[in-house]
Amino acid sequence: MTKTKTKTIVDQEGRADYYSLGFWERNRLSGGYVLKKKVMDIGVSIVRFILLFGMCFMILQPILNKISVSFMTEKDLYNPIVISIPEHFSTEFYQLAAELMNYSKSLVNSLVVSFTIALLQITVCTLVGYGFARFEFPLKKMWFAFVILVILIPPQTIASSLHLHFKFFDILGLFRLLTGDYVNLRGSALPYYLMSAGCMGLKNGLYIYMIRQFFRNIPGDLEEAAYVDGCGMLKTFVRIMLPEGKPILTSCFLFAFVWQWTDGFYSKMFLGKVSLLSVQLSRIVDSLGAYVQRINGVKTTISVAYSNAVLSTGTLMIIMPLIILYLFAQRAFVESISSTGIKM
Amino acid sequence: MKSKQKNKLAGLQRRKAIAGYLFISPFIIGFLVFMMKPFFQSLYMSFCEVQLGAGSFVQIWNGITNYKFAFLVDPEFNRLLVEELSRMIVYSLAIIVFSFFVSLILNQKFHGRALVRAIFFLPVILSSGVIIGLESNNQLMATLEATIEQSAQGVSITAGLESILRTAGVGVRAYEKVFEVIDNIYDVAIASGIQIIIFLSGLQTISSSMYEAADIEGCTKWESLWKITFPMISSLFLVNWIYTVVDFCMRSDNQVIKKIQTVMIDQQQYGNASAMSWIYFLIVLAFVGLTSLLISKRVYYYD
Repeated sequence: MTKTKTKTIVDQEGRADYYSLGFWERNRLSGGYVLKKKVMDIGVSIVRFILLFGMCFMILQPILNKISVSFMTEKDLYNPIVISIPEHFSTEFYQLAAELMNYSKSLVNSLVVSFTIALLQITVCTLVGYGFARFEFPLKKMWFAFVILVILIPPQTIASSLHLHFKFFDILGLFRLLTGDYVNLRGSALPYYLMSAGCMGLKNGLYIYMIRQFFRNIPGDLEEAAYVDGCGMLKTFVRIMLPEGKPILTSCFLFAFVWQWTDGFYSKMFLGKVSLLSVQLSRIVDSLGAYVQRINGVKTTISVAYSNAVLSTGTLMIIMPLIILYLFAQRAFVESISSTGIKM
Repeated sequence: MKSKQKNKLAGLQRRKAIAGYLFISPFIIGFLVFMMKPFFQSLYMSFCEVQLGAGSFVQIWNGITNYKFAFLVDPEFNRLLVEELSRMIVYSLAIIVFSFFVSLILNQKFHGRALVRAIFFLPVILSSGVIIGLESNNQLMATLEATIEQSAQGVSITAGLESILRTAGVGVRAYEKVFEVIDNIYDVAIASGIQIIIFLSGLQTISSSMYEAADIEGCTKWESLWKITFPMISSLFLVNWIYTVVDFCMRSDNQVIKKIQTVMIDQQQYGNASAMSWIYFLIVLAFVGLTSLLISKRVYYYD
């Protein structure tokens, strides 16, 4: 019996026979290695499961908590027995938060602004990133250092100046000559679109950097072949490089969309008059106070629990569209960016 | 003949250079129009007293008065600055370690990996913009936490460990920092979404043949982590470190940023606000420069 078994191992073509052996037999033949490895593998996966489960729960718990609070009635909030499953199921917080945030209008505004801004930013950043990745030109290092500088400078540092820059906006004194006054662009959306067209929007330096890294990793042969065949620089870029860069462009677009959607700083600064979800959410508690005052006619203090329930419902309502988008684009988000292989 | 060929080459190079400049021209224009001027103007403004009038604004040079104001007169600025910077150092370190660890786990093969990766990507949404600011000053959570701590004394494992270590009396401050981070692990996890992705992308570029070779030579997993994985993605530590520090400085729940915004928008003191933001920016820049110099000395480049 054992004689034949050892024979199968020695036999070069008998690999399949080796696998058909029982687990313990293989373990014996390998001198205990197979068992040790199996035990190690199971141990590692148990530890990994516990760790990952804990961390996933930690990330999801606040969201789950918000969901349960948002379906409660006011009575449930003060009921010490009710912790996570509401006793009286209701959607009154959703109605209230929607009214306070002017939800449908803000949602449309946010969608339009985030979409157009993200599209504009990514288009421009792609051009710039491609330029940095594929062309040699004088002072390239210096300009790239400026890109790094743009990543590093917090927008708050130049905020006060930008504030005034747009309050008294002028191009070489042209407007002043024509109309006799500066143009006040504050409160309109135009300055932010202009800034986005100039790669100075939210985290645009980062997009340039990521896109550059991606294009640097594509082999140059494709491009050379196109040039040899008489394809122009722009045509090569549009026809050959853009399709190649699809994964990174999708994920950058989604980043830009998400960050623009939740951004409070630029929105407050430049888009103050456009009612956006992020701005509405940041002052939902104040609007709740005003709302209650308007109904009661007197200034009443609202309980912390109540205002927080409204706040978490509002938060849910603002991240819900993003989560839906995220579920659809999950592959593009997680897989494509992993495959880009950012190298320094 | 030869010179003609050279000319042709130079012509192609010149054409490529021009095309390159055309491609990056949006950035150059944007930088000059929206960055350069505000950048220097805000520097200039920080040395001025800015008076807002009807239809225009006046800047009066007053030397370093604004800087003096920030450091000597303003009651909060110094305290906020020191607090934020020390918080930044501790948390950035914690975020880097955490995200490296998580990305190592997420890079392994196991069932449900796509789901777990998706969940770990959620922080990118949750830590952005206004949402993080709302999370951090959630009063209900704070009161809940206080009640739980009162009612359940000694149940917390970290508190128990902390009190044991405290009696040892050695390095109490260091322990306190560590436990502060552990108690706020949610903040760390929420802030490390992007870093995890960057580390993951780096881990996936390491070719598996290296590990196989090391395995055959009798290298343990622990050794190959430090001898292969660590050097191979060391450059990403630099990227992540810079990103983390910068991200921390720009977060809307940052006390210094909040202070600057109140001074600028509510109190309309543009000069003081500029001075404060310049102080903050220079300190952060110096910090990033110094630390990245230290890290980049240890970075290993494969090529």
